[in-house]
Amino acid sequence: MKTIAKNTNLSLLCLFLGCLFACQSDEVPTTENTIFATKQQQIPDKIDFNFHVKPILSDRCFKCHGPDKNAIEGDLSLATQEDAFAALGKNKDRFAIVPSLPDSSTLVHRIFTDDPDDIMPTPESNLKLETYEKEILKKWIAQGAEWKEHWSLIPPTTLEIPSVTDQNWAQNEIDYFILNKLEEQQLSPNESADKAKLLRRLTFDLTGLPPTLSEIDAFLADDTPNAYEKQIDRLLASDAYAEHRTVHWLDIARYADSHGYQDDLERIAWPWRDWVIHAYKNNMSYKQFVTWQLAGDLLPNPNLEQIVATAFNRNHKITQEGGVIPEEYRTEYVADRAQTFSTAFLGLTMECSRCHDHKYDPISQKNYFQLYSFFNNVPENGLIEPYGAIPKPFIKLTEKELNEQLAFINNLDTMKEIPLMVMEEMKKPRQAHILNRGAYDQPTEAVFPNTPESVLTFDENLPKNRKGLAEWLFDDKNPLTARVAVNRLWQQLFGVGIVSTSDDFGNQGALPTHPELLDFLAVKFKEDDWDEKAMLKYIVSSATYQQSAKAAEDMLAIDPENQLLARASRIRLSAEMIRDHALKISDLLSKEIGGPSVKPYQPDGLWAETIGGGGGSLAKYVPDEGYKLYRRSLYTFWKRTVPPPSMMTFDAGTRDLCTVKRQRTSTPLQALVLLNDPQIIEATRVVAQNVVSEVESPEERIGQIFRLATSRQPTTDEINTLKAYLSEEMTYFQESPEKAEAYLSIGNYQISYSNPKPEMAAYAMLASAIFNLDESISRG
Amino acid sequence: MNKIIKDRSYLLNRRNFLAKSSIGIGTAALSSLLGMNFLGKSENGVIAPTNDAVKGIIKNLHFAPKAKRVIYLFQSGGPSQLDLFDYKPLLRERNGEDLPESIRNGQRLTGMTSGQAKFPLAGSAFNFNQYGQSGAWVSDLLPYTAKVADEICVINSMHTEAINHDPAITFFQTGSQQPGRPSMGAWMSYGLGSSNANLPSFTVLLSRGTGRPAGQPLYSRLWGNGFLHSLHQGVQFRSGKDPVLYLKDPAGIDRTSRRRMLDKIAELNHKQLEEFGDPEISSRIAQYEMAYRMQTSVPEVMNVENEPDHIYKMYGPDSTQPGTYAANCLLARRLAESGVNFIQLYHMGWDSHDNLPTQIKGQALDTDQASAALIMDLKQRGMLDDTLVIWGGEFGRTNYSQGALTANNYGRDHHPRSFSIWMAGGGIKPGIVYGKTDDFGYNIIENPVHVHDFQATTLRLLGVDHEKLVYKYQGRRFRLTDVHGKVVNDIIA
Repeated sequence: MKTIAKNTNLSLLCLFLGCLFACQSDEVPTTENTIFATKQQQIPDKIDFNFHVKPILSDRCFKCHGPDKNAIEGDLSLATQEDAFAALGKNKDRFAIVPSLPDSSTLVHRIFTDDPDDIMPTPESNLKLETYEKEILKKWIAQGAEWKEHWSLIPPTTLEIPSVTDQNWAQNEIDYFILNKLEEQQLSPNESADKAKLLRRLTFDLTGLPPTLSEIDAFLADDTPNAYEKQIDRLLASDAYAEHRTVHWLDIARYADSHGYQDDLERIAWPWRDWVIHAYKNNMSYKQFVTWQLAGDLLPNPNLEQIVATAFNRNHKITQEGGVIPEEYRTEYVADRAQTFSTAFLGLTMECSRCHDHKYDPISQKNYFQLYSFFNNVPENGLIEPYGAIPKPFIKLTEKELNEQLAFINNLDTMKEIPLMVMEEMKKPRQAHILNRGAYDQPTEAVFPNTPESVLTFDENLPKNRKGLAEWLFDDKNPLTARVAVNRLWQQLFGVGIVSTSDDFGNQGALPTHPELLDFLAVKFKEDDWDEKAMLKYIVSSATYQQSAKAAEDMLAIDPENQLLARASRIRLSAEMIRDHALKISDLLSKEIGGPSVKPYQPDGLWAETIGGGGGSLAKYVPDEGYKLYRRSLYTFWKRTVPPPSMMTFDAGTRDLCTVKRQRTSTPLQALVLLNDPQIIEATRVVAQNVVSEVESPEERIGQIFRLATSRQPTTDEINTLKAYLSEEMTYFQESPEKAEAYLSIGNYQISYSNPKPEMAAYAMLASAIFNLDESISRG
Repeated sequence: MNKIIKDRSYLLNRRNFLAKSSIGIGTAALSSLLGMNFLGKSENGVIAPTNDAVKGIIKNLHFAPKAKRVIYLFQSGGPSQLDLFDYKPLLRERNGEDLPESIRNGQRLTGMTSGQAKFPLAGSAFNFNQYGQSGAWVSDLLPYTAKVADEICVINSMHTEAINHDPAITFFQTGSQQPGRPSMGAWMSYGLGSSNANLPSFTVLLSRGTGRPAGQPLYSRLWGNGFLHSLHQGVQFRSGKDPVLYLKDPAGIDRTSRRRMLDKIAELNHKQLEEFGDPEISSRIAQYEMAYRMQTSVPEVMNVENEPDHIYKMYGPDSTQPGTYAANCLLARRLAESGVNFIQLYHMGWDSHDNLPTQIKGQALDTDQASAALIMDLKQRGMLDDTLVIWGGEFGRTNYSQGALTANNYGRDHHPRSFSIWMAGGGIKPGIVYGKTDDFGYNIIENPVHVHDFQATTLRLLGVDHEKLVYKYQGRRFRLTDVHGKVVNDIIA
């Protein structure tokens, strides 16, 4: 049997994983604390510290008995084994925890008592323990109070894949992990998705676009054994793949086309975005991709491309507000860079330790400012001066460079030279200090570049700069880097990570639903030289990924959140994907890659009504014309203080801060966008014209529009419903031809319609209705 | 095919499911799924609040609520308290003298005046008188506000931590100087829900000042939902043909046409629901229905045509001009009547670094009459008792002149250490003046009220303990008041 990754400390569980994570009260619902509904409140036979006990201690006790040394009450810390087991009281004769002796453990007494003076958590804390949580703590002590390090800080190592009874289902190792857990629960995986659905899922997941009808037909007709694999390879090789991956990265990198504060002036950052596309297109390894962005300027004899990559660190907001104290804002920029590093690459909420030691995780305030000091040596100014200046340091990309070594930057506007903010290291580093309460004007102890020892000690031999930090990040012993990265890839394909809190791998984060699988993937990722395309291909090749999304009623009850993965998840498409979907099926979508950001349709006046006296080129929104209206959404101009409203309605991030996970909500405003946004109406009327000119009968036309939107043939039932609708609209527009004229004139795109306008308008309405189906904006 | 899931019991289970999730839309989604129609109408087109409200996350209020809704008249830019409410005759007496260092006492200055060699005290160009039983001092700039002195509580002892606009206004609205947290209205929507499922629970109205038309900018994050569900984001209501973005049916499409389309979409979505059993599909169906109702309810509430003349007279001549502060005040009242629980106005232009006497006249003219009218209008409708009205900006202004002080001109820089706001209705003690500054109007000498205290008090009036309205995000329980805030009981009736 193959050896694979496994964290020995995670040998148990997940079976009862959910029981600990019921909401603490009605008023504290949390996205991370999802549950297997039916398993709530059962006490496991064998209590595991990491999975059953620690989450309770962290969430309910650490506020006063956790890693923050300055917040400790009653001399008791539960953050480490040594402290938790130590003798307490003046006479050192009391113990919070006495292994195997719950009755002698004051912790047990204090959580079970009714005495308001004694009970823990205290009434003032607004926290409380549920009965089953108390029972878990007591039982853990009775079972010997075995202590373990936090799961995510133990490096993933190798071990055997789990065994399964059903030998016919698995396509690769992933499936053994999934099936093993399903079989423990006497459940079985779903049937495979039908081919059309699968190709739709795969195409959206890998490229952000729907499959074309000819792509679907070709796949349906391909009976060769590796038909699916050929599709994976085709999609991974496409430009659309690189663009789609870039969308995810822009959120993480808090990319925007404006500076973000107050007057929110324009900035040029898109050449860096073009570099990201280029890197994904060439499948740059994650290690190199991240290293260049963190420290390209510090590599030996860095080339221009490596320098361009470092613009990643300059994507934070910058202010031009006249009255500010520059140092106050420079401090914010450094903090932003450090926090982006920890969220994006470590999955840790380092920002919580800016003002005090972390309340939940083993990260001190000193750790925070040590990490901060890596990013503190940029020769920058906190304030844009004079107004409208390009914040230094920056380079100017010349025409020659843009034509030669930087040819991947699409200089569409043929600028003579393009300024780009990048990283530069001061010859003599700025002395960093711990800042009292995080305030720029309250420096205390001097600190030097270093990393949290609880994650991994910073090797003495590494340079104490960003290059050394990148090496530390990709040290084989770093427990977080690979886990955090593969978890995000998983999230991209399944909608939710194996750790659902992809931004928090700490004590307050969610536990992995499949810890062994996560470790297996992390180790594999490293062994495969951080090859992202290979990892994506591997995951989408699993039987787990290829399941149908149909949810049987009993499975909905057993696993409403689909944590066990006995089916595929139906996922609403993202803001970018929805718009690009409409553009793609209408053939309006521009094939141009990269270049300056563009301004598609947007309701009038949105920028103008919020500006003050300033704003420069961004004072008024002037929509573009021609093909720029139809470019992929990742090229839409991003003004931070007034982001594109239709994208925001579909949960795009604000780009204020590093974001690794978006919300996926359902709101009435979304319906309004899909029904009334001229971008969508225009695209659907173009779809109608294209289809009407291609096929003859109403049934065929309905079928083709439906297929474009959903990637499948409608049922007879659906066709009948839509036929009835078509004839209703035909009558409506025939009675009022001027309404047909008006509706068909929405959007700039000019068509000479092949059929009478009332008929065309009816088809356009039909296409709009179909595009508004939940299925059209989802991938199942 | 899987079992068909369409019976009522499933839908009721879904109610439980939604109630447990952080979405908090259960009732809205459900009501429409169950075919309830809860669109009521009153005679002048104002939609009556419905019983079937969207529930918030708080099941049982922590205190008996005194206010059910908030109208926040935000005066963006930082109105000068020294020219409006905080009467300081000493500044006139010592006009032109340098601000004593003992008074300034190390206060941080903005980059705009830190280079000034002198800080000449600037007495107000406007006269003050005392009004009402409280004897509140109000300047001649605000004759209408002066008349309602007995309805309002003037707080002269507000203070904040931020000295520049962006962080200061973000701090007031979200409890944090740096962007990213939910705004007050979003917190309220999350905690208390909405009283009308056909309108957003948190609406925003913008207007531009005539005193300083090129004032400070606003940012949509000020009414953002931060990490809360996007249903809680403030929805901007705009003057013009499309009062809410994308609300209006496109050209050529009338209501019956739209209805036909929605019926077909719902029918086809139901078929998918039967096949896939994904609760998200039922949510989607419900959202389309609510969107349809919003298309009716929003224009109705925005349509002020049937307001009687005496109401326009009350709010002043601007109130007939859509998009003005006065028109927005009138809309605020209509929204309040229709069950919108947090109505946020922003009036720009109070940032008078120079030319203050001229600029502030324009600003006062924009806002004075309509603000007072709003109070009296609410009162005559019996709504002032449970509507909290707040008037104020993000900080105050300095007692010394920015730039040259001349016989009839001065400017004032930002001043975070003391400034004035007023609150009225909704459980606030009427007709009192709270807090005091020193004779220079520079330091608070009695009853300071921090921004977090103000936020805690606002929540308290709504029946909410600010320490208990929390949302766990990235492992931490966040609050509007961060880890601070004390309720100012002295101003609560």
